[in-house]
Amino acid sequence: MSSSPPTAAVGFEYAPAPESRAIVDLRPSYGLFINGEFVDGHGPSFKSISPATEEVLAEVAAADATDVDAAVRAARQAYSRTWSRLAPAERGKYLFRMARIVQERSRELAVLESLDNGKPIRESRDVDVPLLAAHFFYYAGWADKLSYAGLGPDPKPLGVAAQVIPWNFPLLMLAWKIAPALAAGNTVVLKPAETTPLTALLFAEICQQADLPPGVVNIITGAGDTGRALVEHPDIDKIAFTGSTDVGRQIARSAAGSSKKLTLELGGKAANIVFDDAPIDQAVEGIVNGIFFNQGHVCCAGSRLLVQESVAEEVIFSLRRRLQTLRVGDPLDKNTDVGAINSAEQLQRIRDLSEVGEQEGAVRWSPPCELPDRGFWFPPTIFTDVSPAHRIAREEIFGPVLSVLTFRTPDEAVAKANNTPYGLSAGIWTDKGSRILAIASRLRAGVVWANTFNRFDPTSPFGGYKESGYGREGGRHGLAAYLASNDSES
Amino acid sequence: MRIDVRKTYKLYIGGQFPRSESGRSYVVTDAKGRFLANAAKASRKDARDAVVAARTAVPGWSGTTAYNRGQVLYRVAEVMEGRAGQFATEVAAGEGLRLAQARSVVEAAIDRWVWYAGWTDKLSQVVGGTNPVAGPYFDFSIPEPTGVVAVLAPQDSSLLGLVSVIAPALAGGNVVVAVSSQHRPLPAVTLAEAFATSDVPGGVVNLLTGSPAEIGPWLADHADVNAIDLTGTVGASEGDDVADAELARDLEARAAGTLKRVRRPPAGRPDWAAEPGLSRMTAFLETKTVWHPIGV
Repeated sequence: MSSSPPTAAVGFEYAPAPESRAIVDLRPSYGLFINGEFVDGHGPSFKSISPATEEVLAEVAAADATDVDAAVRAARQAYSRTWSRLAPAERGKYLFRMARIVQERSRELAVLESLDNGKPIRESRDVDVPLLAAHFFYYAGWADKLSYAGLGPDPKPLGVAAQVIPWNFPLLMLAWKIAPALAAGNTVVLKPAETTPLTALLFAEICQQADLPPGVVNIITGAGDTGRALVEHPDIDKIAFTGSTDVGRQIARSAAGSSKKLTLELGGKAANIVFDDAPIDQAVEGIVNGIFFNQGHVCCAGSRLLVQESVAEEVIFSLRRRLQTLRVGDPLDKNTDVGAINSAEQLQRIRDLSEVGEQEGAVRWSPPCELPDRGFWFPPTIFTDVSPAHRIAREEIFGPVLSVLTFRTPDEAVAKANNTPYGLSAGIWTDKGSRILAIASRLRAGVVWANTFNRFDPTSPFGGYKESGYGREGGRHGLAAYLASNDSES
Repeated sequence: MRIDVRKTYKLYIGGQFPRSESGRSYVVTDAKGRFLANAAKASRKDARDAVVAARTAVPGWSGTTAYNRGQVLYRVAEVMEGRAGQFATEVAAGEGLRLAQARSVVEAAIDRWVWYAGWTDKLSQVVGGTNPVAGPYFDFSIPEPTGVVAVLAPQDSSLLGLVSVIAPALAGGNVVVAVSSQHRPLPAVTLAEAFATSDVPGGVVNLLTGSPAEIGPWLADHADVNAIDLTGTVGASEGDDVADAELARDLEARAAGTLKRVRRPPAGRPDWAAEPGLSRMTAFLETKTVWHPIGV
């Protein structure tokens, strides 16, 4: 794997095409959304910044234990007095209504998402926000059809759900959590990540516009302490967490011995396997989408490229060529492919692990690329000569860093792909249908993309094997995570 | 007068019947406290040996066709039927039932195998399916076995309860390391003999007799165990409900270390005779979703 990067620059010139941020009406400060109203928090408030410019966007309240308690009480009251008494069809209509308002305000949501998170506007506009609406639309229809969900007749909601979501897909993760919970008849207290709280608070306004009964959705902001107080609150019935495997473990430990139902969607180190008969150009697009989509801040990112030895040189050559055309920069520019790293802390982790990659002997390469002076940036990076023992092959980097390994036989590909405690996703690139099905069935991963990567849909169950967590989100399976099964034993 | 030839009750690991490597045994009595047998008291090492045997059996059993798996489970029912009298005697002695009552318990246990045998080739259709995604993709979700399931079998129902917790894990394609009822272990050992003389491959079911409080933590910590069923924590502490709850909490907290799937103990006393439902199977199934583009 000694192919040198192409010498001729293949980049294109683009005129700037910034999306206007005038559509977003940012307030200087935001409170907590409890019982249908914005209220002050009792913790020390914090600032949410734009990772692309480090500009302060707004000051946000932090919920302390008393605020968490108020939010849980509001959710409990709404559950017992309003939401569980509402006819299921009417519950569904609220969700349809929310889906429609999301569509109506889609541009505003997309711009704010890109501002607060740093992801390219093209992605928030074309992926995150449309999926947010789609999730509400999909689960809205389930609300009055729960008896047909395969969980026995008349399955019951669990009660109050505590939901903690990460910063990589703030709105999409909110949709994955809130839509099925509400459709099944639960009420929720949701905590967005401390670096990306703003779109969740805009969503709170959407709940108000939809006249959703107070307390059905509560949104509290804060950092890890707020999250811990929420998931450890004695009056919650369900915990849904998306985030790191370490925090997932802590939550599972703290929920032990309780009756809280738990679903965890945690880290990943997905193998993207390219066989020698794969259409190389398509595979390269898929590899790029797999690891550089959303700056690689994706738990199911294809962060380990396993390429068959006989085509490794060709694939890596094409990949490097393709990387030179990626545009890194202003998230609000419609031409941008790779936006800003979400936080200084995350940038440091990516830098540290990349340095370890070099120290351990892997070969690092990035295309020439001018990064903005302010904000948090990391160029798309490829490591070759990576061995399975290297930390960059084992640990989740959660950034635009691809580790390339090679294999000779399908058995070796499967063994290497499964050689990780994680098991969230995987990719297979080959022209041979029987090989796709054989390899897919041997991969210990919850989502397998064959000749595609990073596709999401509300009807499609998503979630991990092994230490990538348990439970599924999306589809009928995602609904089951919010309903009590009525077996003879439960 | 003829002197009985008594049976030595041993562990069942990897298709073999070893004594505990610890050399320990414990006295098993009937419901009235009369001596029945010395059972092997499984140790940490026995539990680890059982996990090794189970892990080795994973590819074969999970790779068996659903049709074949169903026939293998049905065969367990056939073999049990031939030994129904022996099971009934042991259940009657251990659980303090009249022989007629014990017989109906044994019959229910045999019928439970038949019920689960019929599930193996239907589960995928019932809990899996195709997903109508908004794009040109064929997208389907199928259930797959979690892998190695550690089962703490119920303390009270030594045969029907045991079958009711093992069979659903096996039906889904998992392999099992089970700890039998501590004080009523004899039907479990006889069940192991039924496994050994049926078509269940060695290592697919491993049965340990001994203390769930002693063996449980090793299984809950073990990184090669994918899931744990805590049903048998109920009654594990000789009627001390608080200690039972603490054992269950401790095992669940340990299981969190490797994010095992955990089936919590039942809230009440389960009616083992009732139709089980799907949840004991789905608790140990993963859902795999596969996407492929549609195009010419």
